Amino acid sequence: MSEHTLDHHAHDHHDDHEHHHGPAKGIKRWLFATNHKDIGAMYLWFSFTMFMLGGFMAMIIRAELMYPGLQLVDPNFFNQMTTTHGLIMVFGAVMPGFVGLANYMVPMMLGAPDMALPRLNNWSFWLLPFAFSLLIIAIIKAFLGIADAPNFGWTFYAPLSTKYGPESTDFFIFSVHMMGISSIMGAVNVIVTIFNLRAPGMTLMKMPLFVWTWLITAFLLIAVMPVLAGAVTMMLTDRHFGTSFFDAAGGGDPVLFQHVFWFFGHPEVYIMILPAFGVVSAIIPTFARKPLFGYASMVYATASIAFLSFVVWAHHMFTVGLPLAGNLFYMYMTMLIAVPTGVKVFNWVATMWRGSMTFEVPMLFAIAFVILFTIGGFSGLMLAITPVDQQYHDTYFVVAHFHYVLVTGAVFSIIAGVYYWLPKWTGRMYSEFWGKIHFWSSLLSVNLLFFPMHFVGLAGMPRRYSDYALQFADFNWWISIGGFWFGLSQLILLKILIDVCFRKKGAQATSEVWEGAEGLEWTLPSPAPYHSFTTPPLVK
Amino acid sequence: MQSLPKRCLWAGLGAVVISSNSALAAWQLDMTPGVTSISEQVFNLHRTMLWWCVAIGIVVFGAMFYSMLKHRKSKGHKAAHFHESTTVEIFWTVAPFFILILMAIPATRVLIAMSDTSDSALTIKITGSQWKWHYQYLDYQGNTDINLDYYSVLNTPREQIDRPVRAAGLFPKGAAKDSYRPDGNYPEQGENYNLEVDHPLVIPTGKKVRFLITSDDVIHAWWVPDFAIKKDAIPGFINELWANVPEDKPGIYRGQCAELCGKDHAFMPIVVDARPQAEFEKWLASAQEAQKQADIAAASSVDKTFSKDELMAEGEKAYLARCAACHQANGQGLPPTFPALAGSAIATGAAADHIAIVKNGKNAMPAFGAVLPPKELAAIITYERNAWGNKPADGVDVVQPRDVAK
Repeated sequence: MSEHTLDHHAHDHHDDHEHHHGPAKGIKRWLFATNHKDIGAMYLWFSFTMFMLGGFMAMIIRAELMYPGLQLVDPNFFNQMTTTHGLIMVFGAVMPGFVGLANYMVPMMLGAPDMALPRLNNWSFWLLPFAFSLLIIAIIKAFLGIADAPNFGWTFYAPLSTKYGPESTDFFIFSVHMMGISSIMGAVNVIVTIFNLRAPGMTLMKMPLFVWTWLITAFLLIAVMPVLAGAVTMMLTDRHFGTSFFDAAGGGDPVLFQHVFWFFGHPEVYIMILPAFGVVSAIIPTFARKPLFGYASMVYATASIAFLSFVVWAHHMFTVGLPLAGNLFYMYMTMLIAVPTGVKVFNWVATMWRGSMTFEVPMLFAIAFVILFTIGGFSGLMLAITPVDQQYHDTYFVVAHFHYVLVTGAVFSIIAGVYYWLPKWTGRMYSEFWGKIHFWSSLLSVNLLFFPMHFVGLAGMPRRYSDYALQFADFNWWISIGGFWFGLSQLILLKILIDVCFRKKGAQATSEVWEGAEGLEWTLPSPAPYHSFTTPPLVK
Repeated sequence: MQSLPKRCLWAGLGAVVISSNSALAAWQLDMTPGVTSISEQVFNLHRTMLWWCVAIGIVVFGAMFYSMLKHRKSKGHKAAHFHESTTVEIFWTVAPFFILILMAIPATRVLIAMSDTSDSALTIKITGSQWKWHYQYLDYQGNTDINLDYYSVLNTPREQIDRPVRAAGLFPKGAAKDSYRPDGNYPEQGENYNLEVDHPLVIPTGKKVRFLITSDDVIHAWWVPDFAIKKDAIPGFINELWANVPEDKPGIYRGQCAELCGKDHAFMPIVVDARPQAEFEKWLASAQEAQKQADIAAASSVDKTFSKDELMAEGEKAYLARCAACHQANGQGLPPTFPALAGSAIATGAAADHIAIVKNGKNAMPAFGAVLPPKELAAIITYERNAWGNKPADGVDVVQPRDVAK
């Protein structure tokens, strides 16, 4: 049986070479795409589109919060904006962004021709536009004033999302189901590719760290996306089929929802940050011209973080009234995460130490990642301490924390990765001048945007507030200015991408692209051939 | 990248600008130390954590910036080739572990102290609902027959809150359209804007007060930063909290709802009025008496017949205070979640159905039957049946308290 399949596959492959030397033409190339680069590119453009859409919602939020009082939108619409901003950024921008990078880079880094399961790959991408259409239809209806979009926060706590949720909640539930299927298939593909398509000689402990972090991320996805599916399914039956999972009046428990959600939700935040560790671990050695410090400990640290992510979920719930022993347990476990995370940061610093550094745009974003992610880590450590967390909980301090780890963490790393590998994907160098403008503009604005959030949070401003008391007014004005500036700065990235990808501007890139770059992807010409490695390279 | 002296210059200039800006003094940067022993312990723990983070940050970022300045190719620095060191790696795995233990010890101590709700002098049940707090005095020094409860609602005037920039009102459904002022000259917001209520929670100082917290609808969270207490109000479950305001710290303490609870999440503040014991007891006695009188008045109102004008006048006032946030002052609502009342099937249909929905609620609409006295309910319903050109189909344009009390 297996021989037959193998034969059949070889035959297909042969046919490919006989009749189609390049990609199919026109829309078919994208609709029926099975090539990892085509699918990777679609994922990345999808992610960038969602980033812009989610960013637009953030602009509405910041415009309303610029002054105390209600000036622009009514509070119900404000809640719809915070909810859909969060959902779109988490599920539409960050996660597909990393899947796009994985699609593009994992086969090239492993010396493989493509992902192991190309048709599955096609399906997992093409589910996303449909999943997000459902959500976006609800948002458009909200803009037209016809119906309410989901308005219960991206964490959709019951009973606000069940008994009190708007009708579009059912769209949202179906949308989440589709996103989950897409993520699980993407994760399966990554795992199968890594276990089966490594070039001869590439043992697991020789894999680039980006591949390692994605392997671990893929296992996290498979473990927790079904839990999210379970949570929304229980919501669905509570809403329509008379169950009472989350309704105390029928013997259920609203806190059960939070346990189930955060059992998904905490690993989810590492799903959004582990691949970022991988990207940064690829970039810093290149521009420091020095091998990554502590490769093995990086792998073990990533695995430890992934393991710990399953036993800390209730630190999101320190105010729901857990028993003392529960609060203590989750506090201690959460504090432990600082150990492997610290190891990673120390390793990056040690990689830079006594290197021979240059500061091209990918390196600038990677360094900003290390510093600003560490600041997010510090506030994370403070949030781990239960008695003070009960004060930070649901304030802007938390908003500052997760935007430091998600925007200056995950998003900065995706941007760094795009600048780093763009010459390899397109064969053209981006404009270093515009790249540096983009970096400095983003760096300054993002800190003006998120740093003062620590202050208003500590001073007592709760999150998800459409209006606030007067003592928070001055900082909120500056935060909004930072927000508009950061939003506009991303148009520079759009310009750079259009220049390189569509207007074919920029110098021809060499195979190596970067002076200090190491790894299989840099042995391929730029742009990389359609079927990355048709003959596997030998890894010594 | 700038040279080091240039950077120092910028940093220095920045410091001058910041220190000369006297307004900065009003910009609160840090957590409040609060007034209770617990809040002080929480504050100290917060500061300890903050300083640990600053110290670690100085070491890590210091090494990074040193490296970025010195170990650069443009300065001719040649890359070393080391890529591991077991000793160093073990050190920076183990050292943070011990720092964490140092942090965990005081944290555990404070958490244990916070969770001890025993031996309280006063017990108050707090119930959150969209978007108000209900306070019920259950037990004061062994006396469980207090019979005092009331609602606490935001009383910042709507004209301070609603300041739409467009004549069409707030996007997307035109809420607060009537508040639009073309000259943009909106009333100034008061000092306690969005942090003031009609009836604050009154507690004694120098006594341990226990709060039992729950909710009638969605999850809310009751938070007073000065006491360093925050707990979720969960429908169907009861959480416990406590505070002991020192005798020398009577005063007004303000807090806010801290868990997303729907549209007006930002508009259900908490005000606690901590009074010396003697004054508290005086207040308690007068509040009990007032509640008794109100109960009698409510009961007797059922036997009286009020004129339409009187009910309309009271109804308009009560409607604006209780109903207009969702159904809007002009009765147009914010459909579909908050339906219009002008010309609605309920407000112009059978009076019994109208009364039932106001008393018992439906979907997002809270039940007002237990919240408001019969006369106020009757006034609101009468107002809704006559305002905005409404004409009841059944001809019942006046609803009396006795109709509501049935």
